[in-house]
Amino acid sequence: MSFVEYSELIQEGDVVIIFLGHDSMMPIKVESGAQTQTRYGAIRHSTDLIGRRFGSKVTCSKGGWVYVLHPTPELWTVNLPHRTQIPYTTDIANITLMLDLKPGSIVCESGTGSGSLSHAILRTIAPNGHLHTVEFHAQRAEKATEEFRDHKVGHLVTVRNQDVCKEGFGVLGVADAVFLDIPSPWEAIIHAKKAFKRRGGRLCSFSPCIEQVQRTCEALLDHGFEEICTLEVLQRVHDVRSVTLPLPDFGPEGGTDKTKIASDPLPEEVPPSTNPSYSSVTCRTATPPREMAGHTGYLTFATKPRG
Amino acid sequence: MADSLVDVECRISEGDYVVLKRGDVYKSVQVQTKKKIIFEKQWIFLDAAIGELYGSTFEVDAGGKLGLRKPKNTEDDSTEAKEAGQDNRHIVDDGKSQKLTRDDIESLKGQGMKGQEIIQQLINNSTTFRDKTEFAQEKYIKKKKKKYESKITVLKPTSRILAMMYHGREPGKVCHLRYDTLAQMLTLGNIHAGSKIIVFETCAGLVLGSVMERMGGHGSVIQMYPGGGPVRAGMESFGFPSHFHDTLNEFPLCKVNALLSGTLNVDEKDRDSGKSEEQPAAPSSGGSESQSMEVSTDPAEAKKIEERERLREQRAQEKKVRMEEKRKRLAAAAALLEGRNADGLVIASRFHPCPVLLGLLRFVAPSRPFVVYCQYREPLIECYTKLREQGGAINLKLTDSWLRHYQVLPNRTHPVLLMSGGGGYLLSGITVSADAATSGAPRKTGEPAAKRIKLDD
Repeated sequence: MSFVEYSELIQEGDVVIIFLGHDSMMPIKVESGAQTQTRYGAIRHSTDLIGRRFGSKVTCSKGGWVYVLHPTPELWTVNLPHRTQIPYTTDIANITLMLDLKPGSIVCESGTGSGSLSHAILRTIAPNGHLHTVEFHAQRAEKATEEFRDHKVGHLVTVRNQDVCKEGFGVLGVADAVFLDIPSPWEAIIHAKKAFKRRGGRLCSFSPCIEQVQRTCEALLDHGFEEICTLEVLQRVHDVRSVTLPLPDFGPEGGTDKTKIASDPLPEEVPPSTNPSYSSVTCRTATPPREMAGHTGYLTFATKPRG
Repeated sequence: MADSLVDVECRISEGDYVVLKRGDVYKSVQVQTKKKIIFEKQWIFLDAAIGELYGSTFEVDAGGKLGLRKPKNTEDDSTEAKEAGQDNRHIVDDGKSQKLTRDDIESLKGQGMKGQEIIQQLINNSTTFRDKTEFAQEKYIKKKKKKYESKITVLKPTSRILAMMYHGREPGKVCHLRYDTLAQMLTLGNIHAGSKIIVFETCAGLVLGSVMERMGGHGSVIQMYPGGGPVRAGMESFGFPSHFHDTLNEFPLCKVNALLSGTLNVDEKDRDSGKSEEQPAAPSSGGSESQSMEVSTDPAEAKKIEERERLREQRAQEKKVRMEEKRKRLAAAAALLEGRNADGLVIASRFHPCPVLLGLLRFVAPSRPFVVYCQYREPLIECYTKLREQGGAINLKLTDSWLRHYQVLPNRTHPVLLMSGGGGYLLSGITVSADAATSGAPRKTGEPAAKRIKLDD
């Protein structure tokens, strides 16, 4: 198992995702002899996981079952241990496309945070690209380094523990793309500019507040960036379900009943009970959830022209 | 600028696929000398771009020839106004503020005046420009620039650029797939180098090309196609190096059932092409043989017949080679599919997604993502329902995305007035083993409810 290459069978040391049911998952590291408790009972790594095929159904000790999944950056994003706020898949997908990332790209990123975006970048730039990621929080940087190693992508990434606004990315003239997710991106634009290859490249800055966007765009313009574009993207989920809609009762048809209705209230109550099959219609539809993420952050993209 | 550090791939060469950009409008073309191209109602010859760097901006002259524009700092944005009004209380829309007529402007253009100079003329001849606010002046200049300046930038194609181009110019050709939706597909599908991906699309080849770009020439792509042959124009526009094409395979949808049931015989003569290609060749060669034996009296005539015969043979031979090649490709694609161990499935078509998805999902290994695009929501609801009944897939999600652009200017930041109403719908999920080892309640795979039912019995 690696985050940049699929394998068929589960091996010792792999990180796997246990799928417990609708929207309920957990990541575990496979170690022979170890056990993991779930709400359906224990999973014994040696017998239940090692040597089994990814995607298999595993029966837990209490008789319930779960699926064991191969990790992907997208599954990792919803399962990773949070050390910071993280960008989610909808934003990540757009960042990846709009930064023109592909195998072989050299990318600079700051901050590393919990590594949500880093994993997605690494997946896309493998096998011959490189990620230079800068994190000013020492412990986070250390933890990220460890995770990259565990996920067998360590060879594709260099983690630096420094302040990008003061010390830059630690590399000059190598990047095809730069990504910023820091409180004051405008202070890092000058370093981003220096990190780019001579032929230029694409930049993205992620900020939750419009004031940050404002200052960042001014800095980008001042430093000669072009095609500056700010956008916001949200994912809307549609929950598929069957809904039953009752049909209204207009009473018997035709004009002959006028007298009856006027004289006798009883017939009004009869139709729904005598003819229940016509009283409602069931249809298959999809509804929005009651609440959704209405704002994640603004994505500002720009092109660094040839210097 | 042109120094030794600049690598060859940064220069525009003849035969390259490039994207022309003017304002927010893109057009994908192949660079050919002396080839007339129409872009934004303008004739253009790209000859002068050959040898220049990608990302260069050119000015188009009256004859359609390109002239290289100097990089930024020399740009004389001198259409500066010295005076500005406070607000628009004195601006009256009487249609008389511009003194230049349509004909005047045309004649200025005819004299070979540059866009910049025309705009200055328009400003000089506007009676209201000086009363406009600074912001309104800026907006006025921007609008006129868009109309009269003919700057064109030549770009290297990427899936971002091509997706924006198709969505902006010809959304019908890509089933109205918006670029941010394409972005979701590539990410949700976990498309990356070294994997084996099945693609079924009727989006002109844009989705196929985007998948191939993300694979970087590593791994393999199997394009499933309806009808006579795969459509790849959009993929060609990426201008991939030739080794990318070696990773691409194609397989006809009409043979999927045969492959699934194990009755596909790749050595068997292709029935459709067999009719059209074999038949004319076979009987005519037989016929001419007998003919040449009979009518050998006139030597000149005989020679002619012989020549014709030789050409026919040659053509038949070529056809045979082509068909052999096609059969080999079919066999290769079949071999890739047969293992039923593809690493991903990407569907974006105008066909009903349900049969496509259920059919092609059988070629995908367990624990692999799949993603289906449809312009409409209801067919995907049906897919969702069927997959739930059938099992073999979990983490099913039906989504669409909402995209909004912003104008960011000092003290004037707000959402752009127009936004796209919809970018299509996606159904994504992950395959799982359908083995009946624990066949408690396979009908409701992955649902907590299903587990309870299973524990009960």
